[in-house]
Amino acid sequence: MEIREKVDVCVVGAGHAGCEAALACARLGLETVIFTVSVDSIALMPCNPNVGGSSKGHLVRELDALGGEMGKNIDKTFIQSKMLNVSKGPAVHSLRAQADKAEYSRTMRKVLENQEHLTIKQAEVCELLWNEIEDENYVTKKKITGVKTFTGAIYECKAVILCTGTYLRARCLCGEAITYTGPNGLQAANHLPDSLKAMGIELRRFKTGTPARMDKRSIDFSKMEEQFGDERIVPFSFSTDPESVQKEQVSCWLTYTNAKTHEIIRNNLDRSPIYAGIIEGTGPRYCPSIEDKVVKFAEKERHQVFIEPEGLHTNEMYVGGMSSSLPEDVQLAMYRTVPGLENCKIVRNAYAIEYDCINARQLNPTLEFKAVSGLFSGGQFNGSSGYEEAACQGLIAGINAAMKILNKDPLILDRSESYIGVLIDDLVTKDNREPYRMMTSRAEYRLLLRQDNADLRLRKKGYQVGLISEEEYQALLNKEKLIEEEINRLKNTMVGANQEIQDFLVSSGSTPLKTASSLAELICRPELSYKILEVIDKERKPLPEAVIEQAEIEIKYEGYIARQKKQVEQFKKMEVKMIPHNMNYDEIPSLRIEARQKLKHFLPVSIGQASRISGVSPADISVLLVYLEHYDRKEVEGE
Amino acid sequence: MQKETIAAIATGLTDSGIGIIRISGENAVKVGNSLFRLPSGKRILEKAESHKLYYGFVVDENNEKSENSSYDWKDYIIDEVMAVVMKAPKSFTGEDTVEIQCHGGVLVMQKILSCVLKNGARMAEPGEFTKRAFLNGRIDLSRAEAVIDVIHSQNEYALSASMNQLKGKLSDEVKKLRADILYEIAFIESALDDPEHITLDGYRDKLDVKIDNLIYNIEKLLATADNGKLIKEGIHTVIVGKPNAGKSSFLNLMLGEERAIVTDIAGTTRDILQETVCLDGINFHIVDTAGIRNTDDTVEKIGVERAKKYAENADLIIYVVDSSVDLDENDREIISIISSKNVIVLLNKSDLSNVVTEEKVNRAFEQIASKNENRIIIKTSAREGIGLEEFENTVKNMFFKGDLKSSHETVITNMRHKEALQESLESLKLVKRSLEDDMPEDFYSIDLMSAYTELGKIIGEEVDDDLIEEIFSKFCMGK
Repeated sequence: MEIREKVDVCVVGAGHAGCEAALACARLGLETVIFTVSVDSIALMPCNPNVGGSSKGHLVRELDALGGEMGKNIDKTFIQSKMLNVSKGPAVHSLRAQADKAEYSRTMRKVLENQEHLTIKQAEVCELLWNEIEDENYVTKKKITGVKTFTGAIYECKAVILCTGTYLRARCLCGEAITYTGPNGLQAANHLPDSLKAMGIELRRFKTGTPARMDKRSIDFSKMEEQFGDERIVPFSFSTDPESVQKEQVSCWLTYTNAKTHEIIRNNLDRSPIYAGIIEGTGPRYCPSIEDKVVKFAEKERHQVFIEPEGLHTNEMYVGGMSSSLPEDVQLAMYRTVPGLENCKIVRNAYAIEYDCINARQLNPTLEFKAVSGLFSGGQFNGSSGYEEAACQGLIAGINAAMKILNKDPLILDRSESYIGVLIDDLVTKDNREPYRMMTSRAEYRLLLRQDNADLRLRKKGYQVGLISEEEYQALLNKEKLIEEEINRLKNTMVGANQEIQDFLVSSGSTPLKTASSLAELICRPELSYKILEVIDKERKPLPEAVIEQAEIEIKYEGYIARQKKQVEQFKKMEVKMIPHNMNYDEIPSLRIEARQKLKHFLPVSIGQASRISGVSPADISVLLVYLEHYDRKEVEGE
Repeated sequence: MQKETIAAIATGLTDSGIGIIRISGENAVKVGNSLFRLPSGKRILEKAESHKLYYGFVVDENNEKSENSSYDWKDYIIDEVMAVVMKAPKSFTGEDTVEIQCHGGVLVMQKILSCVLKNGARMAEPGEFTKRAFLNGRIDLSRAEAVIDVIHSQNEYALSASMNQLKGKLSDEVKKLRADILYEIAFIESALDDPEHITLDGYRDKLDVKIDNLIYNIEKLLATADNGKLIKEGIHTVIVGKPNAGKSSFLNLMLGEERAIVTDIAGTTRDILQETVCLDGINFHIVDTAGIRNTDDTVEKIGVERAKKYAENADLIIYVVDSSVDLDENDREIISIISSKNVIVLLNKSDLSNVVTEEKVNRAFEQIASKNENRIIIKTSAREGIGLEEFENTVKNMFFKGDLKSSHETVITNMRHKEALQESLESLKLVKRSLEDDMPEDFYSIDLMSAYTELGKIIGEEVDDDLIEEIFSKFCMGK
């Protein structure tokens, strides 16, 4: 008998994107099934054993502010934590935690298993089911109706979220040895790509790689520099009590490659599948293999290598900085030239992996396919790289699938309010030729998009969507109030040029006052801070660290923040100018041909998005603006 | 969304009787008020009656608000003007508008505009006044479509102008400045993105020196904008030909007035005459030379030598041939001088007998200067006014196709460029300030990026993905 189930949402894949997508839908009350080829590999970390890092830490904070799970999960399972870039400005402070991989995966699985409305199903989804409908503008469009698994079971649903990661037609390469599997030898998904192509979805091929894992007992740590975690640990989640994460940490280790390493690599380049032309997929420049580094930066005498534990209950160590697809014998020889790794034993070889994914320009900013109603996607399938990037897309795809089913407004974040907005806008607008990694330099307004204020930026949206509890929301409102009051107090509390103050200033390495000054003005001085002023700030009441941090940043960097806010105003003007989805670009004679083709191809939702498409000039944007104004007037007049 | 106040010279950018500077937007009146004074010294515009003309002065006293008792605003007068305030919505754009009617010299108009920009307006984009007029419902769609054409033609002009016209030193220098700035941003960014691989230790001192250098170079460029060379941009054109071929008559035809002395006696133009003619916004600086022939007359001899020299440095040569007299040694001499140039050959006196034909001219060129391909032959009669239109169209085409470029002056000739350079300079000064204040590195890249973007406006390049490319190509990143 045929198995036929009826649910609201099917999530294909249970990696970092799939978990967030499924949790979001189920938490919003929708019956959700999450499919995975192996229940034992839910929230697997097949590459680096950490969460966060520069700009990725921002993503996790934002995800948490919106009601995602990753931040909470890493807070429960980290084994070392560090705030990066602490001396380089508040906007680039970034949290990174080493994870106990097995614990991370197990803990997330437990969350999924205990989530109401969520079912976990071990099965390979082979086919998407759909029919054709007319949309609100009488255009024929495909609509998702369900999925079919390898065993023939059918799940009827209202939305499908594809989070297939690196599994679609996956191929792993270790020198000449090629296996047709997903990461860690897991089963690849070879059927779904045909179904996607049949629906008219265009696929492309990307590649990424991972370094070897080594047996801890074979490593000589005395030849390496020890890397400790921070003394005071800051949690990722705004809901985690900072006191609860102060715990014993493990160390990472730093060593370097040398001339000998590079020589071995150069002598064996012909055996690298990339240089031999066997790999067809495009790899990320951000995570280059050690072969790439040695070839592209030939002048560098050495490259850093970080040895990181994979967990508390394993001897496996991750060799950060040396991913490779060279053959096993070359790998061993090359690793053994590195100080401390002379006698290393490899547990798992380094390998490169190739997989099918899409050019995300086929998606709306909601992460729904433009051409298929009810089909959403997130993560590496969309051409990104990284756990954090995946999780954020998963959450947004999940939320928007739910909003669609519940007939509510979608959640679209823009570039001026979040890194997630930058991530998705870049993915769906720009021409990405490699796996996309988040970087702080991609965010134009990053001074406003700090990891410390992610809750102030986004929690309200999470609350409106329904993923943030009333209690969490009240906590936010209270925090906002305290920050505002403290800033006002600091601005309005004057100190006179009396002897006590002058002595204090001189002893703090600052210049004496000429006239009375507010505490805020003193905080602005580079050599002074909120903390230092404690001595002369008599009325100060104890406040949470997070409140003090916000007040101090707002005051100290006021000028810069104001400049950035002005830029955002400019940006917003263009962003709120929406382009109707049935816009006929052929009706606008003055558009240049190139611009018209690009616009017809990408169907931007706003003037702002249109202006970021390469090949669309400022003059074209002016033409569009004038035309749109005319169009709006016609609408009003009811022509 | 049209809140910004914009300004531009509303009349043409050539010397004329009267010039109008238009300011439009929310702060138009405020901007106007800060630079206009009545003869009594009173500032009136903020209280001015709408649509009424006021007589007074434009005064550039922006930087001079000193408490110095000997201060006299009259020392800072730029021009004697009439000003009018038109309150919204009763203006062309539908916004508050101020128009200043001044003397029509290019330099004066540029100075007043510069003063307006200093007081808080920004330079209007091509077609922007009309665009606002449309968006505010002041004109209908048929006119708005004309705006689109304006935006486009101006854009094309700006492109060819900024890319071709300025292909020389300015563009190269701006590119170099940008490359230097981008390298620094990329370095900071890569260190912020990958703090464990790339360190910023000791970087501040290095950056400090580099910023000083950048500031010095931009200030040097800006200085060229202020010393009056503004009006010199244009196509340097030289009219050559044998005596009495009709060079001066043709120049007069273009100018529409009798400026050069025209007689029937060969050799009457003994000196060099220079005139500027504006065809559709393109300036032509035309030098009329003495006829070239071997001569014993010393005065004329000097003129001939000069003519040769001018011809060597010209962007365009107009070679006037008397088509009623056969080509001779002197013509061959001329052809050899101008062989490497863009040449328009005018077969003048075509109303008389045609002794010299196109074929004859072509043959002469092929014999003497076989590699010259940039010549166009047009039949004219200066006396009858024949051929002028064809000549003008030919020249315009050559310019817009990019065949014709100005090879002179690498100065900042354009207010928009000047503004961009100034903005960029301000941003770099902010970086300097952040360095002095010992701000964290992240704050440098914010203002460096603004400087980079502003400079990009000069050469028409946008930021896009430059930075990411630079980061990956210059610095080894990643796990």
